[in-house]
Amino acid sequence: MYKLTINGKSYSVDVPASMPLLWVLRDVVGLTGTKYGCGIEVCGACTVLVNGEPERSCDMEVKEAVGKQITTVEGLSPNRSHALQLAWIAKQVPQCGYCQSGMLMKAAALLRQTPKPTDAQIDAAMSNVCACGTYPRIKAAIKAAAGIAA
Amino acid sequence: MLFDRLGSAPRLLDHATTDAAGPGVPDLSRRRFLLAAAAIGGGLAVGFRVAPADAAATAAPAAPATNPFAAYLRIAPDNTVTVLSAHMDMGQGIYHGTATLVAEELGAAWEQMRAEGGWGDPKLYGNLAWGGAMQGTGGSSGTFSSFDRYRQAGAAARVMLVAAAAKAWSVPASEIKVDKGVVSHGSGRKASFGELAAAAAAMPVPADVILKAPDAWTLIGNETLPRIDSREKSTGRQDFTIDVKLPGLLTAVMIHPPLFGAKVKSFDAAKAKAIKGVVDVVAIHRGVAVVADTMWSALKGREAVTVVWDETGAETRSTAEIMATYRELAAKPGATVAENHGDIDGAFAGAAQVIEARYEFPYLAHAALEPLNAVARRNADGTIEIWGGHQMPDLYQMIAAKVADTTPDKIVLHVMKTGGGFGRRAVFDADVVSEAVAVGRAIGWKAPVKVQWTREDDMRGGRYRPAYVHALKAGLDKDGRIVAWTNRVVGQSIMKGTAFEAMVTNGVDPTSVEGSAHLPYAMPNRRVELTTTDVGVPVLWWRAVGSTHTAYAVETFLDELAAAAGRDPVEFRLDMLQGSPRHAAVLKMAAEKAGWGARLPAGRFRGVAVAESFGTVVAQVAELSLGKAGAIKVERVVCAVDCGTAVNPDMIRAQMEGGIGFGLGAILKSKLTLDKGRVVEGNFDGYEVLRIEDMPKVEVHILASNAKPTGVGEPGVPPIGPAVANAYAKATGKRIRALPFAQSLNT
Repeated sequence: MYKLTINGKSYSVDVPASMPLLWVLRDVVGLTGTKYGCGIEVCGACTVLVNGEPERSCDMEVKEAVGKQITTVEGLSPNRSHALQLAWIAKQVPQCGYCQSGMLMKAAALLRQTPKPTDAQIDAAMSNVCACGTYPRIKAAIKAAAGIAA
Repeated sequence: MLFDRLGSAPRLLDHATTDAAGPGVPDLSRRRFLLAAAAIGGGLAVGFRVAPADAAATAAPAAPATNPFAAYLRIAPDNTVTVLSAHMDMGQGIYHGTATLVAEELGAAWEQMRAEGGWGDPKLYGNLAWGGAMQGTGGSSGTFSSFDRYRQAGAAARVMLVAAAAKAWSVPASEIKVDKGVVSHGSGRKASFGELAAAAAAMPVPADVILKAPDAWTLIGNETLPRIDSREKSTGRQDFTIDVKLPGLLTAVMIHPPLFGAKVKSFDAAKAKAIKGVVDVVAIHRGVAVVADTMWSALKGREAVTVVWDETGAETRSTAEIMATYRELAAKPGATVAENHGDIDGAFAGAAQVIEARYEFPYLAHAALEPLNAVARRNADGTIEIWGGHQMPDLYQMIAAKVADTTPDKIVLHVMKTGGGFGRRAVFDADVVSEAVAVGRAIGWKAPVKVQWTREDDMRGGRYRPAYVHALKAGLDKDGRIVAWTNRVVGQSIMKGTAFEAMVTNGVDPTSVEGSAHLPYAMPNRRVELTTTDVGVPVLWWRAVGSTHTAYAVETFLDELAAAAGRDPVEFRLDMLQGSPRHAAVLKMAAEKAGWGARLPAGRFRGVAVAESFGTVVAQVAELSLGKAGAIKVERVVCAVDCGTAVNPDMIRAQMEGGIGFGLGAILKSKLTLDKGRVVEGNFDGYEVLRIEDMPKVEVHILASNAKPTGVGEPGVPPIGPAVANAYAKATGKRIRALPFAQSLNT
């Protein structure tokens, strides 16, 4: 039994120690906003915040997450009105939308560290895969959320 | 009771389309529609049915209609208007598009619109670009196929709402206005759609509807209409098949054969069954399935299963061997001829210069971000529900019935939005859908089951963009004009041996040569040959299909010819496009917006390409710079598109941007390799796709047009490769003739 704190709520989960946080979130806790894309930490669809830092949950064992503050896309803002989410909607970023939870979490971590990122800083931080090619709009939305003129 | 009025108003509506939408797009001017409506759940449902005479005239067999709720739109008492889209949404935005069409004619407020996947009546949802008898998504046909019928449905619903209000208020219908979801009369009476829906369902179904003139549109062509699903997709609330939640749902992972064509001989699951959470291990028609309580348990169980494979007859060649064979075939006359005009030999004999080039294209995986999956459940009444990205649902219904050993009317499909697709979910054997049904059946339907492929399963599971070799040869006269042109294409057929085989004529699969044959350029002497190869690697349409390779070969070769002729590449093309005004206009627009001919900053180079696919013409000008060690950075792409009437301009821009990113990743980085029949790449570490730092700035310019809309999901892809390759040649003098670039630059 592992005690986890996810989006400010406590959960006790009876799972194998090796189970990645991704599958705990999705299959056990039922928070499916976090997506599976590769399982080897290269696409970033599963990105969540662990103590405020972006982590790829597909390769993080549940035991590593104990005692830490885990934030998923469902907990990014209390009423789904995070500045990034509003910018994502305003810039019509998503196409299929599958990667966007991970993108939003990555972007949230970026803006926390770097409130006014340059294009190069956005490129360096936003290493997740979007197969639909929404990258220009992701960049525009991050800048809009950061209050940077286009 | 509820449905007794379906089909009860069999009055014909003559329906005329405006123009020829482009090659390959059927003329629908004589198609007739039957209008129908029904009261459902206290609301109104409206649809059209294709007249039986027309449906009978089309080729594909129609699956039995099983969903009595099938309609184009429903108005519920809660005042929501839900559009049921004939086309599934893999990110291209067709739900947004069909909702726009309905809302425009209905007079709805955009905020009350909803959209979901429709299914269950091929007469209603059949793809009109495919003949109309079978529902399906593909060939960038969604907007074309639904432009008229969804507007007509919206208009019919509006007429019925107005009639209901007129009756309730005892005023003439002609005095009633409908605007932004409010039905009103000058007397001050007002009602919402939801309030009127039940009464409207009892009104006569209009025999004919008059659609708005384009200058009265407020939603079609609206630049700022918020995409219908941006909010769900920006807040983690959009559910895909992977997110389907059902009581007791189990997860299964597959063990597929390591070679294409291998089969299970035997397997040992004793160790796997001892793992906590593993429920069962079963052999099905496509491999062995490990069924468990969670994905993780299933994966741990899979590691513990050993399978012995029968590899008799399996494909064991490496891609290097396959490509060597293709090169040899490309040196010989083609087995079939796709196009032949003029006196080729005579023209070559008289040419001042003859130029030849051979191009090589690798297998490509679709690599959509949501790996393939499907969920199946059998209910107490014997019906089987299947959730999935059902891109060809009527076909999947029939296959699922066969696998479940039941009748098609027992199969109920739920069409889910998918995390990408790019063609991968339109598959002849309903692969993962059939697996979910087979696994459910193998475990005695004791619980609903989700079959979820891993990334590796997805990448190694077959159905690739076929590998091709093209050999091109052209003769130029002393003035630099093309006098002879031959193009020999070598590769696998996508449609041969499938339900689409009827499309193969005289041995030529049109998807192998589209973009090679019947070019828009005036060339008096030209021949296109095709040699279709027999390789055991399953292939499939991949976003923009044939044009993903044909446009690259044609448009880079033309650039080479322009250089040999000492001509500007835009002028060189325009000279040959006098009979193709749409291509000429798009090319001119892209060139003008990109500042073609104007000086570039030092270290920047431009290339251009134009290509038509699925009736849409796109031209792109790419600007690139070279970094240290010659690394290519595509800085900017200017894209011009003629897709007829622009229904959703921002979706068009998004699809062009996305097509450019998708195509650019492929030509720069992606390839799928076989080593003695085994797929080498398994994940995004080995199979590389475009990342944000490689994405150029993209400007999209849409040609003003009143023509019937054509598609935008795919046509943004073909020009980007050749535009970049042509810019690279300008920068370095080198022609990249084997893709991806990464491979050519490393050898």
